[in-house]
This record gives sequence, C-alpha cells and structure tokens, in this order.
Amino acid sequence: MVRTRHGLKGGYDVTEKIPFDLVSPERLVLSEEADMVTLPGTDGYFGVLAGHMPLITTLKPGVIDVSGGTLGDQRFFVLGGFAEVTTTKVTVLAEEAMPMADVDTVALDERIKDAEEDILLAKSEADRARAIDTVDALRTLRASL
Amino acid sequence: MPSLISFRRRIATVTSIRKITKAQQMVAASKLRRAQEAAEAARPYAEKMSAVIANVAEGVRGQAGAPRLLSGTGSDAVHLVIVATADRGLCGAFNTNIVRLARQRIQALLQEGKTVKILCVGRKGRDQLRRQYASMILETIDFMGKKHIGFGDAANIARRVLEMFDRGEFDVATIIYSRFRSVISQVPTAQQLIPAPIEAVEAGGAQQKYEYEPDEGEILTALLPRNVSIQIFRALLENVAGEFGAKMSAMDSATRNAGDVIGKLTLQYNRTRQAMITKELIEIISGAEAL
Repeated sequence: MVRTRHGLKGGYDVTEKIPFDLVSPERLVLSEEADMVTLPGTDGYFGVLAGHMPLITTLKPGVIDVSGGTLGDQRFFVLGGFAEVTTTKVTVLAEEAMPMADVDTVALDERIKDAEEDILLAKSEADRARAIDTVDALRTLRASL
Repeated sequence: MPSLISFRRRIATVTSIRKITKAQQMVAASKLRRAQEAAEAARPYAEKMSAVIANVAEGVRGQAGAPRLLSGTGSDAVHLVIVATADRGLCGAFNTNIVRLARQRIQALLQEGKTVKILCVGRKGRDQLRRQYASMILETIDFMGKKHIGFGDAANIARRVLEMFDRGEFDVATIIYSRFRSVISQVPTAQQLIPAPIEAVEAGGAQQKYEYEPDEGEILTALLPRNVSIQIFRALLENVAGEFGAKMSAMDSATRNAGDVIGKLTLQYNRTRQAMITKELIEIISGAEAL
C-alpha cells in the first residue's frame, strides 16, 4: 500500500483505519471502520486516529464525526455518555445517539424546551451545570441545521 | 343428568376460551421475539459499562473519598428492595416466582432486624405484596398502556432511587427480577445495585492502562449513576422477555387443556344424546308391545 509510506507514529500506522462502535442502551447504532473519529469530550472536542493512547473520557452533548468510513462520512448527535479509546478500537457508550440526518427541528425544539425546564428544576449546582451544557449543545445543533 | 343444551353451551364456551388462549399465545410469541431482540441489543452497552467500571474502580478501590455508590454508606441497616414484575397476569407462575423470592429476601432481612423498604415496578408484584407488607411499599411504578419500555423509563426509576439514596433513605438497594434463560426457563434473581458490586478484573489478563479525562474519581461519579439506570433497564428488558416467554408456554398449555376438555365434553354430549335416543326407542317399542 502506498499510503503506509506516510508517517508512522509510536509504532502504529496512523493511516490505518480504526474500528469504531457507537452503542446506545437500546441498540448498537453503528459499527464500522473509519479514518478518524471526532468526539465531544468533556474537556473539548478531540480526534482519534489508529494508535491513539488508551483513554477513558466522559462526553458532553455534541456531535460525533466519523470520517472516511466504509459508508462515507457520517455524523451523529449524542446527549452525553462516555468513550473508551484503546490503540486499536474506539467505543462510545452514548445515552442517546441519532444520525444527524434523522434530527428534526420540531422534536429538537421540544427537547430544548424540556432542557430549559431542567435548568430551573435542577436541585444541585452540578445538575444545573449539566442542564446548561445540554441546552447549549442543543441550541448549537439547532443553529447548525 | 345435565341436559343436552347445557352440554352444547359448555362446549361453545370452552371453544371460545381456546380461541382466546390461542390468540394470546400467538401474540406473546411475536412479542417475545421483539423483546428478546431488545434484551440482546442492550447487552453490549451493559457489558462494556461493567468492564469499564471494574477497570476504573480497580484504581480507586480502598482510597478514601471513593464515591458512596461504590463503597456504600458504611452501614446496612436500611434495605431498599425493588421488585420488578409484569403488569399483567396470564403468564403462569412468572410473577409468583419473583414475588416468592422477594418475600424470602424481605423475611430474611426483617429477621436480621433490618428495615426494609419496597419499591414495586409492575402491578402484579404490588398486588401480591400489598397484603403482607402494605406499610413498607413506598411506591408502585407500572407501565400499563406502554408499547415498549425505553431507556428513559429505566432512567426515571433510577433517578428516583438515586434521589432517595442521596437523601440517605436507604443503605443497600437490590433489584429482584426474572433472568431470561430461555423461553421455558426464567430464573428469579436478586441483584445488588447499590453499593455497586465490582466484578474482579481477571488477574493476568491484558489489562489496559488508561488515561482518564477528567480524573478517575470524576469518571466514576459520572458512570455509577448511569450504571444503576442501565442495570435497571437490563432487568426490565429481561423481565419483559421472560413475561412473554412464560405467557407463551402458559397459554400453550391452556390451549391444549381446552382441547382436552372439549374432547371430553363432546364425548359426554354424544353419550347423553345416544342414551336419550335409546330411551325414547325403548319407550316406543315397549309401548307398542303392550298393545
């Protein structure tokens, strides 16, 4: 393969594809191999290539970008969850995940309203911060449509 | 001797019962397939979750300040027992088996002098426990009129349980449900939710060294409540699959039994009919002979 001539990093070939599983409590949403996966980590978006160091992180509501998959580029909206990254595999356990194509504005507006109520109803500071994060993510998503 | 008309009525009754049980059986069979698929689809998430928690908990174990959901409150005086049953009957001994296990647990806990609180999920469990433990039942949650149970439903129950835990209303939480082994075998199981039991990481296995973001403690704090939801969700899904499995086999034997009853009744009906004809003939003949 010509591509393998490009950078070798830490013994792993970064041009190799990395298997990616997106799992929600109700089903396996996606399982495929991609060039790169971008995840909405709690500390900001980060991209994962093959050979990434092992990492476990929580996710905040946001968009997962799968690029160079066998089915082309795909984007998913997730409402929090967490990701387990090993050098050879990425697994995302999302509380709720849907393909961006399935996101519809009416349902989204309703979710935003719900989430805004959650802010008002939040009892602890941590709950409030989480609710605010959710609203922000939903608004960003709404605006990007 | 019962009259012919009453036999005919009874045969008609049993025939319609058979139709109903047959229909119930077929409905259960088709729902079972879907429920089984749902239970299987939920498995990867639950497994991954416990694996990650086991991994993270390994690092935090024994440290002071480990989350209370993992280490417990330090006492076990108050137990919360979540009894998950079906909302409907007509599924053989399914509900009774779960309730029997729950009763044994509760009785054992009471004898040890613990306080027991009960949370019923599913109407049938409440109906059976109410007689004996009415004062201990905090609440009943049912899913009547719901087509299928989503993760949101489980998350709602989990939220309620966690709120109670945060208020210090109990120390140990256990969920009692029926594990779906196969269509004909459902095993009532008690599973501890809080404090979270940690499966030992196989020693010598290729254990990954992970980077944590944010740190282990925070990840655990985020994961443990989610784990409670997912365990409840899993229990509910297994219950639904078990319910339909039990219903299918119960309705199958009911259908077969109805068939037997119809056969017996028909035989009796024909005998009675023939006996009456014979009697009438004898009457006519002996009447004719007397002339």
